[in-house]
Amino acid sequence: MKKFFAQAYLWILLILLYSPIAFIAIYSFTEAKAFGNWTGFSTKLYGNLLTGNITGGHGLIQALENTLLIALVSAVASMILGTISAIGIYHLRGRKRKAVQFLNSLPMINPDVITGVSLFLLFVFLGFSQGYLTVILAHISFCTPYVVLSVLPRLGQLNPNIYEAALDLGATPAQALWKVLIPQLRPGMLSGFVLAFTMSLDDFAVTFFTRGTIGLETLSTFIYADARRGGLTPELRPLMTLIFLIILVVLGLLNTRQGKNAAQNHINL
Amino acid sequence: MGKRSNWALPYLIFLILFVALPLILIALYAFRDGNGSFTLSNITKFFTDGDALSTFAVSIEVAVENTLICLLLGYPAAWILANRDLNKSAVTAILFILPMWVNALMRTLATAELFNSLGFTLGKGTLIFGMVYDYLPFMIYPIYNVLQKMDKSYGEAAADLGATPAEVFMKVTLPLSKPGIFSGILMVFMPTVSTFAISEFLTNNKIKLFGTIIQENINSSMWNYGAALSLFMLVIIGLTTILLGGEDREIEGGTL
Amino acid sequence: MSGHQNIIIDIEHVSKSFGDNQVLKDISLYIREGEFVTLLGPSGCGKTTLLRMIAGFLEPDEGTISMKWDGKAGNPDFKDVAGIPPHQRPLNTVFQRYALFPHLDVYDNIAFGLKLKKVPKDEIDARVRKVLKLVSMSDYEDRDVESLSGGQQQRVAIARAIVNQPKVLLLDEPLAALDLKMRQDMQIELKEMHQKLGITFIYVTHDQGEALTLSDTIVVMNEGRIQQIGTPTDIYNEPVNSFVADFIGESNILNGTMVRDRRVSFIGHEFDCVDEGFGENSPVDVVIRPEDVIISDKTEGAQFTGRVKSCAFKGVHYEMYVDTDSGNELQIQDYDAFEPGTEVGMSINPDDIQVMRKERTENVVDCEIIDSTHIELFGETFECAPFTPGPDGHYRARFPFSKVELWDHEDEGVTTGEVWFILYKGDHYHLTVRTDSGEYVYVDTDDIWDKGDLVGISIQPGDIIVESQDGQEK
Repeated sequence: MKKFFAQAYLWILLILLYSPIAFIAIYSFTEAKAFGNWTGFSTKLYGNLLTGNITGGHGLIQALENTLLIALVSAVASMILGTISAIGIYHLRGRKRKAVQFLNSLPMINPDVITGVSLFLLFVFLGFSQGYLTVILAHISFCTPYVVLSVLPRLGQLNPNIYEAALDLGATPAQALWKVLIPQLRPGMLSGFVLAFTMSLDDFAVTFFTRGTIGLETLSTFIYADARRGGLTPELRPLMTLIFLIILVVLGLLNTRQGKNAAQNHINL
Repeated sequence: MGKRSNWALPYLIFLILFVALPLILIALYAFRDGNGSFTLSNITKFFTDGDALSTFAVSIEVAVENTLICLLLGYPAAWILANRDLNKSAVTAILFILPMWVNALMRTLATAELFNSLGFTLGKGTLIFGMVYDYLPFMIYPIYNVLQKMDKSYGEAAADLGATPAEVFMKVTLPLSKPGIFSGILMVFMPTVSTFAISEFLTNNKIKLFGTIIQENINSSMWNYGAALSLFMLVIIGLTTILLGGEDREIEGGTL
Repeated sequence: MSGHQNIIIDIEHVSKSFGDNQVLKDISLYIREGEFVTLLGPSGCGKTTLLRMIAGFLEPDEGTISMKWDGKAGNPDFKDVAGIPPHQRPLNTVFQRYALFPHLDVYDNIAFGLKLKKVPKDEIDARVRKVLKLVSMSDYEDRDVESLSGGQQQRVAIARAIVNQPKVLLLDEPLAALDLKMRQDMQIELKEMHQKLGITFIYVTHDQGEALTLSDTIVVMNEGRIQQIGTPTDIYNEPVNSFVADFIGESNILNGTMVRDRRVSFIGHEFDCVDEGFGENSPVDVVIRPEDVIISDKTEGAQFTGRVKSCAFKGVHYEMYVDTDSGNELQIQDYDAFEPGTEVGMSINPDDIQVMRKERTENVVDCEIIDSTHIELFGETFECAPFTPGPDGHYRARFPFSKVELWDHEDEGVTTGEVWFILYKGDHYHLTVRTDSGEYVYVDTDDIWDKGDLVGISIQPGDIIVESQDGQEK
């Protein structure tokens, strides 16, 4: 009985949480230009999306490409920088470590607007012309802390002597890093990468302040501009639905793999 | 032998350049006028700017309400998710964070449309509920994390010492989950105060939050005043963080 | 309910499974008031599960647990505790890793139970001070529990339990996290505390030394069953089977044959012994404690001879391994040293030969029929000698210990398992292997394996005999 109420509570919350997403998905199957109007079932918007024949021109596809490019570059850079830094931080002691960790936690505590404004002022101050480079640098600055936090716990689980053992057996520091440490840290790096990628993908405020005036649009800024103009590009509905489905499938696959491992571990207990 | 503690050096430089320096610049710009000379006028302007002050008050009110509702709805959910007797499936926990992968603006626009089509007038009510939709996962996840990692034997020890299930919860589980609650509050309260775009979408431009004011000033090239408002925001963040237990507590819920 | 007046806990026919894994099988046991009872066994034997059932954190699938209960009028009565939650049971637990509440200081941890019972503040104060003194932690009441050492946390955990004046104190491997020296000190203190408090202690450990030192009664458990219940002396001197003999103290366990009453044959010789009633020529296990082999450099007059293989000084005695002329290896302890290579004569007093019936002479496992040459065993398909499947019914497969093949690589076998328990039988090893399906296979082998090794398991088709269980019973 208790279990029934508990499960019912969870599912009611989930239904509420998912209703906007379901709303997008449902209205992706109608042609109406305005979001929320139903003009009969149609898959035309999906067709438009696939053929590139999008209402209002090429802007949406360009924004999607920009978003993916920026997310990929920032996530890869964050992963590399974050992993190396995590190893460094792990070997720092005392106040030095505290100081670096404090700095590292700032981008996570700071609201997006503050990060955006502060970086905007930095680029203005330094006279950087804003565009792809500034957006990517900004994204690296708020993504790397998550990689550091994903890798640090893995380092704690590592045998502290394996790096020395590799050096002792004749490896250079670079070889020891590449052949011994990295393979051990891979799970942490991977979850850091995924986290960085999704943070970058979802960002609006920081991109908004650091993209300058060259007309660089990501999905978020594109949606924002669209909404301010009063009327979303209808093809956004099928696009968002597809993105969500892809994420669902990827996570589903990852989860069944983990589930299998977990089940095996359980038997071994 | 390369000292591995040096490997943090490039990142330290990066952090100073792209995190510390920009924050210092906020303070610097806040105390300057358009010509670059020192002034307090930006600060005093805020305290005489009725629009900014009332927006600030509304922002705090909305953020407090949003945080409270998220906590009240989210804590039971996190508790059920972490309780093996009530919920065996890890999938349900993942379902709660999945919506975060859908673009927040798009989700917010859909929420607004949904309210519209259900016949609700967009206003403060829809703003709060829309915000709850957006931020509930950020409250659930850190609490779930703490509860899940909590050693089960604490609860058993309390029961063994005579505590009823309700007493176990009040005297052991709840106090021990404080770090998760604080992280959750931090992750919901701050972004709500400073959010921009979301509040306009959810209220059809009727209610602005503090983030919007900052954005408007920066966008209309009032950098110094924008910086002053941001500085004010930073002070609030600092105070909240200290109030919730200092900076040595690591942010929960960072990893998935 | 039971004949004994001073029984405080009575456990009858208790079984428990987690999923497919049966961790307790028909456990019956009673515990007397004031007794120090130890549940002893290797990890996974079910001892902690049994303790958690007594505490009320788990309910048995079958069977009952009853406790002496103070009735309302003050008259003690026996009561089935099924469904009674932990917080209402008249006992307290010292948890394995202490489970001290990190958000409370030492004083508040100890006062936790008393505050819940709304005991007046003065009395709480007095009682907390008293138990702090008892565990020699008087100066620590304001300390943060996380700042305490392992031994100190241990004392606080004990104080937190006994301040509630339970009738029974449950201790779940309380010393496992301490270092050796600390462990020995705490053993003495626990024993003293037990005498001072006069209450029942139920103690769970896998450390046989600890069990022998502390207990009034030891309950030896393995694979979810009680193997033996007795005083430490009984269990050491009269182990009922090879598992107990091996688990408690050092021993030589050898295959033997009961020639007739009071006459047993092993390591190629016949010996007088004191056991009878096994039947003529029945296979038995023989246990000889290392200190019971009389060793001398005179070979005449000895019952059997051998050559010393190794000799190591162990502080008080020497420990030697001797190859007997019959090809067995014996572990021997003596106050005199014999150099490796020395020819020695050995004899054993009839009293010191412990003869035990073999628990099993071959593997017998329930199986499912697939077709006339295949069966499902341990959840995998095995090929077996052709047989005619009869009508529906229950079948079992029999195969000798020595015909089970183990492989280093798990994928070389038909199924896989983990080496669970190893017995050296003088000239070969007798292994218990736990399969992935949670069943046990017994294996005789000359190869050396380690406990915890993961192995592939296979059996040649010709070595498996399948028979109907129903036919057998009729």
